[in-house]
Amino acid sequence: MADTPDVTDTTAAPEEPRRVLPRFPEPDTEPFWEATKEHELRFQVCDACEGVVFYPRAHCTHCTSTELSWRTSAGTGTIYSFSVVRRSLHPSFLDLVPYVVSWVDVDEGFRLMTHIVDVDPDDPHSGLEIGARVIVSWIDRGTVNLPGFRIDR
Amino acid sequence: MATSRVAIVGIHEYPSRHTHGTVTPLHIKAHSAARALEDAGLTWKDVDALYDDGDGILWPGLHMPEYFGLDELKVVDTTTVGGSSFEFQVAHAARALGTGAASVALLSYGAVAKSGASDIGTGARYSELGPPNPISNMEDCWGTTLVADYAQVARRYMHQHGTTSEQLAEIAVTARHHAVRNPDAVKAIEDLGLRHGPNEITVDQVLSSTMIADPLHHLECCMISDGGGAVILAREDVARGCRTDPVWVLGTGEATGHRTNGGDITVTAATRSGPAAFGQAGVTPADIDVAMVYDSFTITVMSALEDLGFCAKGEGGGLVENGGLNFDTPGLALNTDGGGLSSNHPGQRGIFLLIEATRQLRGQSTAQVPDARLAIAHGTGGTLNRRYASGTVVLGRD
Ligand SMILES: [Zn+2]
Repeated sequence: MADTPDVTDTTAAPEEPRRVLPRFPEPDTEPFWEATKEHELRFQVCDACEGVVFYPRAHCTHCTSTELSWRTSAGTGTIYSFSVVRRSLHPSFLDLVPYVVSWVDVDEGFRLMTHIVDVDPDDPHSGLEIGARVIVSWIDRGTVNLPGFRIDR
Repeated sequence: MATSRVAIVGIHEYPSRHTHGTVTPLHIKAHSAARALEDAGLTWKDVDALYDDGDGILWPGLHMPEYFGLDELKVVDTTTVGGSSFEFQVAHAARALGTGAASVALLSYGAVAKSGASDIGTGARYSELGPPNPISNMEDCWGTTLVADYAQVARRYMHQHGTTSEQLAEIAVTARHHAVRNPDAVKAIEDLGLRHGPNEITVDQVLSSTMIADPLHHLECCMISDGGGAVILAREDVARGCRTDPVWVLGTGEATGHRTNGGDITVTAATRSGPAAFGQAGVTPADIDVAMVYDSFTITVMSALEDLGFCAKGEGGGLVENGGLNFDTPGLALNTDGGGLSSNHPGQRGIFLLIEATRQLRGQSTAQVPDARLAIAHGTGGTLNRRYASGTVVLGRD
């Protein structure tokens, strides 16, 4: 068995808090994260029934096909719900508080957990609300990049 | 296959909510199991079916028979679906005992979330240290918390159904109204230093408590405590010889749910577990006197009450307002022990729902509903916003 990979990003500058990042090998999600290096937001479509599959998996959740193809999203969507995390005990997220976690319904038909970035959650005019249109805003982390979203004004 | 009726014949709730590291989950389970067997007038030798969700030890199906000293087991079941594990286990036990595979079932639970500084409730953090999997790889990097997960459900609820924070707060107010009458809950509130001491609270006090994850406030979140308990079930022929009046398992329902692309996170799997349980019991929500509904957060209760059919979707506010679910107002009573919000929450509270429902049907609750005849225990395990389980048990007395 391979050595257990570090749970944190070792490429961050020493003064920057170490972030939680996806770990590999993990064959289902590895192609998704590989594409983030090019700022591509990818999802899967079933070759047999054309159903959208997300999060990434090796089988179609709509039919019994195990043949899926990757597509690239335009990176636009709508806030389905959100919350402002004001208390986190995780050392990697302490300095981010308050931060906005959200499910975003991406236009191609999948729902993604993400952060709404570049927004003041306590500003009543921030535009942060269910139904707000959002656009992907990459959070670069070196080894992989995280698809955050910002309000599309 | 002929089936026999099955009853809860023994219960015990471990009293301490803060054990200061002096006991282990296994100790709590064994202590509670012994007291529950005494309650029923049974002994370890009578137990031939064991149910354990693995709190405190891996491979519970191997370790717990040995730890308890159970040598004659015919059924071992390690169903683990978070806080609803015990409602699922009752469903399985009712089938195993009812069909004659075994005659006496032991369910037990113990956890030291307080002493062990566990990452539940308001203390939630995510740090998956096992091997990576597709879920952890897509979610852990966002640092969502358990409270924020349920908060996303609450936010969507308000948007979709017009539910207000005031209405959600009423659920916490009712829990405290019951807790102040329960000496173990009062001690918990004092030992754990909960806000406003062992006193009743108001909607305003709930809404002015610290925002943990919008729109959920501190007093809308369950406490983090130690604790545990045990439940003994028996087939009818054994139950008739027990020291206690039998509390019959009339119906059970199990369902799981998870978020889906395009799905509605305000609708829970209680829409399936509830009708299954009520249908098997041959009763309707309107017949129920006491509802023990898992209250990890206020929104957990609101969604469950509606999905179980106590009111239409989005109309739970009217149910909970003005103390409508207090034990001392007419109609349905909710979480009469004080709930996870004000009595105890060691992480997986489902067993306490069964214990308090049984107390009510025995006439032994500290917030007793007069002549309670029918009760439900409804557990929600896991995380409503992501993946979870709903287990419903309908209980009744002779
Ligand atoms: Zn397909």
